[in-house]
Amino acid sequence: MVLGAKVAEDLDQEDDLPTEAMTVNMGPSHPAMHGTVRIVLTLEGETVREADVQVGFLHRCFEKESEHATWTQIFPYTDRLNYVSPMLNNVGYAVAVEKLLGLTDRIPERAQYIRVIVGEISRITDHLTCLGASAMELGAMTPFFWMVKAREWLWELLEEVSGARLTHSYVRIGGVVNDLTPDFAPKLRKILADVRKALKDVDDVLTRNRLFRDRMDGVAQISKEDAISYGWTGPALRSTGVPYDVRKDHPYLVYDRFDFDVPVGSQGDNFDRYAVRCEEMHQSMRILEQALVQIAEVGPGPILVDDPRIVLPPKSSAYNTIEGMINHFKLIVDGIKVPPGEVYSYTEGGNGELGFYIVSDGTGQPFRVRCRPPCFAIVQALPDLIRGGNLADIIPTFGMMNMIGGECDR
Amino acid sequence: MALEFYSTRLQEAVNWARKYSLFQYPFVTACCGMEFMAVWGPKYDIGRFGAEFPRFSPRQADLLIVVGTITERQGPVLRRVWEQMCEPKWVIAFGVCASTGGFYQNYSAMPGCDQVIPVDIYIPGCPPRPEQVLDGLLMLQDKIKKGEGWVQQREKREHEAQLRAKGKLPVVS
Amino acid sequence: MSVQALERLKAQFGDAIRATHAQHGDETAIVDPAQIVEICRFLHDEPGLGFDMLVDVTCVDTLGLDKREQGRFEVVYHLLSTQSGRRLRIKAPIDEGENGENPEIDSVMPIWKGANWFEREAWDMFGVRFRGHPDLRRILLYEEFIGHPLRKDYPKDRRQPLVRRDFS
Repeated sequence: MVLGAKVAEDLDQEDDLPTEAMTVNMGPSHPAMHGTVRIVLTLEGETVREADVQVGFLHRCFEKESEHATWTQIFPYTDRLNYVSPMLNNVGYAVAVEKLLGLTDRIPERAQYIRVIVGEISRITDHLTCLGASAMELGAMTPFFWMVKAREWLWELLEEVSGARLTHSYVRIGGVVNDLTPDFAPKLRKILADVRKALKDVDDVLTRNRLFRDRMDGVAQISKEDAISYGWTGPALRSTGVPYDVRKDHPYLVYDRFDFDVPVGSQGDNFDRYAVRCEEMHQSMRILEQALVQIAEVGPGPILVDDPRIVLPPKSSAYNTIEGMINHFKLIVDGIKVPPGEVYSYTEGGNGELGFYIVSDGTGQPFRVRCRPPCFAIVQALPDLIRGGNLADIIPTFGMMNMIGGECDR
Repeated sequence: MALEFYSTRLQEAVNWARKYSLFQYPFVTACCGMEFMAVWGPKYDIGRFGAEFPRFSPRQADLLIVVGTITERQGPVLRRVWEQMCEPKWVIAFGVCASTGGFYQNYSAMPGCDQVIPVDIYIPGCPPRPEQVLDGLLMLQDKIKKGEGWVQQREKREHEAQLRAKGKLPVVS
Repeated sequence: MSVQALERLKAQFGDAIRATHAQHGDETAIVDPAQIVEICRFLHDEPGLGFDMLVDVTCVDTLGLDKREQGRFEVVYHLLSTQSGRRLRIKAPIDEGENGENPEIDSVMPIWKGANWFEREAWDMFGVRFRGHPDLRRILLYEEFIGHPLRKDYPKDRRQPLVRRDFS
């Protein structure tokens, strides 16, 4: 006779035991709320009955600030959108303005390869941060430290190239601001080998781990149709089985010259999102290796388009000739004169389709810059995914969505 | 002599213990959070300085690190978290957004978290390098040792005011 | 690629499609806002078009722009068909009411669930009311905020603080 069995039996039969749903506030300052999100939960025991997800605690007015800045001054703001993969935002914005200027075909080949290389390195840091933080929230501290260590190597390499570890502002309209350092290629190859080893360690510890699988398998499943209706893109959409990747379906820069696969999940649950991100890191490393070979074949060359209306003159000309000085002055103070019009340009950001809808009125400052954030569309499905589930399931679900506050709230 | 009551040997020992065992509450909002993770990571290990593990409840923490931009919407939340902490407590403003608002001068970003809470150490940078953060932490440890933290100063002022009211201290004109 | 989408729209809706263009390769249709739900449903359901993903709903305040369509606020929808990769932009110009009431347009949430938060953001930032939206409240700013900041007549620096410290 087990102690308490009678009591448990009685409780099970007590259907009219009075209960009340409890309203609990999760966040906005919460260790698992990646940044700042508040979820107002209505709980019945451990089951979530209703969830009201409130974002906007990091609204830093990217769109309003960009109406008061010149076209080039917006690059630092774009760095801070998806701040775990800042190069991808820089590239996305630059591609959008170049589409409006009609410069897309005139960007030098070397600059396009450099943009792809730094973009893919940023994508790897994005996925490392997402998986590391999520693993830590589930209790796995060690993979977090391994991934932070791997991220440090990549950040140091990007620091050599751009000058900053995190907020690079490396891309310019017309190309990139600095060329790669001379020993970039051998360093990157060595770092990729080390990152592969770190990822293998993480894989050994997590992917077949009973605890990890139990918390992630079958949790927060979403169907293909629902995901498309919500506007999901990127790894979250690919985990449901839709093979939509902007790099493959609408190639931009030189992505059509690389041979890489797009990992696709099948069930749309948390584990598929984890697995898709893991595999995407390996595919990014594949792209990087091919890019290093191809850029060596392209050889040294210009990294900015040759157009004085768009690109700053070299310092020797700006300091020594009056025309160079005036050109420099006008570009800095007035900004690049972009012809009036509107454009919507999309690239594959870390979380999905990062779109920029830009309206220009012909002056050196944009009329409207709209950033279409991929994780905004993904997080709006969160209430539906956690309703009916356990309180503890919110953590891996939210972690695998990779909501980045800077991007979601802009 | 009467005013040196505060800097007794006992107080020094207590301050020594406090500075080497800071329990941090990282109020992370934005990009500086990535550098915070790096400072916490294996390379720029903040654990060497005693401020290792974040206590994820303000009731259990004594160092509030405001990491990243504070928006107007976040203001009441930050204020409440600070009020929930027990004294003595210290605040580090990590990053230029938390110090002065950074380059966000607009209707939503608060011009520095010191609009709502008192700050002891400001660490500028966008985001600050981990070495800067560790430098700031060492400065804070100096401040704690000398008893110059904002809350420590307030305690000292209130204690002096009490003693003055009881007539045990000369009234300062 | 989406030119046939524009042709079929014009054939189906006639005058409701006020203008079309394909600047920089982006097919765009400027439509009558009163029929936005029918147009979007046609684009979503019609076989051969099948725009199953609503990528973005946003708004542009054209106050001060030289070339303006009718209506101060342009509600802009970006659509994508995941099957064929076709994209389309729909713009619906609307105006404020005579007494300064908020501009209104029907919500497209019945067609795409993803319109939810994007429409809330357009309400928050521009004051465009979406009729039929189940939960139209501010999303990026707080309820105590007065005004709609992305309008051109809202100054960037006008702060509305919720709390300030009361001790030195």
